[in-house]
Amino acid sequence: MTFINYASREINCKIVYYGPGLGGKTTNLQYIYSKTAPEAKGKMISLATETDRTLFFDFLPLDLGSIRGFTTRFHLYTVPGQVFYDASRKLILKGVDGVAFVADSQEERMDANIESIRNLDENLREQGFDLQTIPYVLQFNKRDLPSALPVDVMYRALNFKREPTFEAVASEGIGVFDTLKAVAKQILVELRRQ
Amino acid sequence: MPANELVLYQEEFQRLENSLRQLRQDASARAVFVFDKSGQQIAAAGETDQFDTTSLASLTAGNVAATDGLAKLIGEREFSTLHHEGQRDHMHISIVGKRAILLVIFDERSSLGLVRLRVKRSSVEMEKIFEEMQEKGTRAADGQAPASPFAEITDEDIDALFSE
Repeated sequence: MTFINYASREINCKIVYYGPGLGGKTTNLQYIYSKTAPEAKGKMISLATETDRTLFFDFLPLDLGSIRGFTTRFHLYTVPGQVFYDASRKLILKGVDGVAFVADSQEERMDANIESIRNLDENLREQGFDLQTIPYVLQFNKRDLPSALPVDVMYRALNFKREPTFEAVASEGIGVFDTLKAVAKQILVELRRQ
Repeated sequence: MPANELVLYQEEFQRLENSLRQLRQDASARAVFVFDKSGQQIAAAGETDQFDTTSLASLTAGNVAATDGLAKLIGEREFSTLHHEGQRDHMHISIVGKRAILLVIFDERSSLGLVRLRVKRSSVEMEKIFEEMQEKGTRAADGQAPASPFAEITDEDIDALFSE
């Protein structure tokens, strides 16, 4: 939920990274964290299991600078991708302003990608949002793997509404900031429209 | 689409802060915070510099959301208060109005009973402030109050954010 604070001249927005388990959502946030100046970021929180799988969410607060005298702050969250954590995913979508979907390019994960987008659509609806209208970008992650499907095949299967789509290797940072910028821009444009 | 924007003006911010300062004093608490349910800090009072308030806001909201989910699982509408007891410091978390969370951090200088009592009293006042914020927000949407500063941002403004 966009929060405009006239008293402290701040604007806060919430971006959620969604996608199937082990797709690289947490890796996206870790890369952003590692490449952001200390004064522009807060502490990154990961609520993970002992085996480093996301249990509830990862959280990273980020200052992007100021716009018309207002400090623009984005709160990045990931959801747990594993199918059985659906109840937690719904909670994290509360008050979301934009979604970045991190798809796994490996052929054997295509069913999981499709299922996860369907799940996102459904869970957004439950929170009163619509995937058709909410700021949304798509990322094809793990492009470096030998079993990665061709981009056009993935695009046809996963692109929902001609949203901006990026190829990525999140572990090396490729495509990570492009994805973040694209969704942040859409949120700001939406804010102007309102 | 749900009302997906919370706007806080100087006047309401001052009133909220006053109300928090009063609560902090009455409850002999270390610090008191108001967060939004989506994990954003709205106002605070007390020893706030002792805490990572951004993390506190997001984890408290996560905690409330998870507890809310638990309540629904057993057929309750919500659990309106939560209490975490530590060795030195304790937390009292409660829901104010529909969308705000009030967090009180206290130690041995206070007690759960006192905190509960004071929270109950000041929640009524805070609820009123939130209702007025909501009304003001609706009026703004109808064009009767100051427009959002973002109504006039340009593509260049947005691009400038990402140029560094």
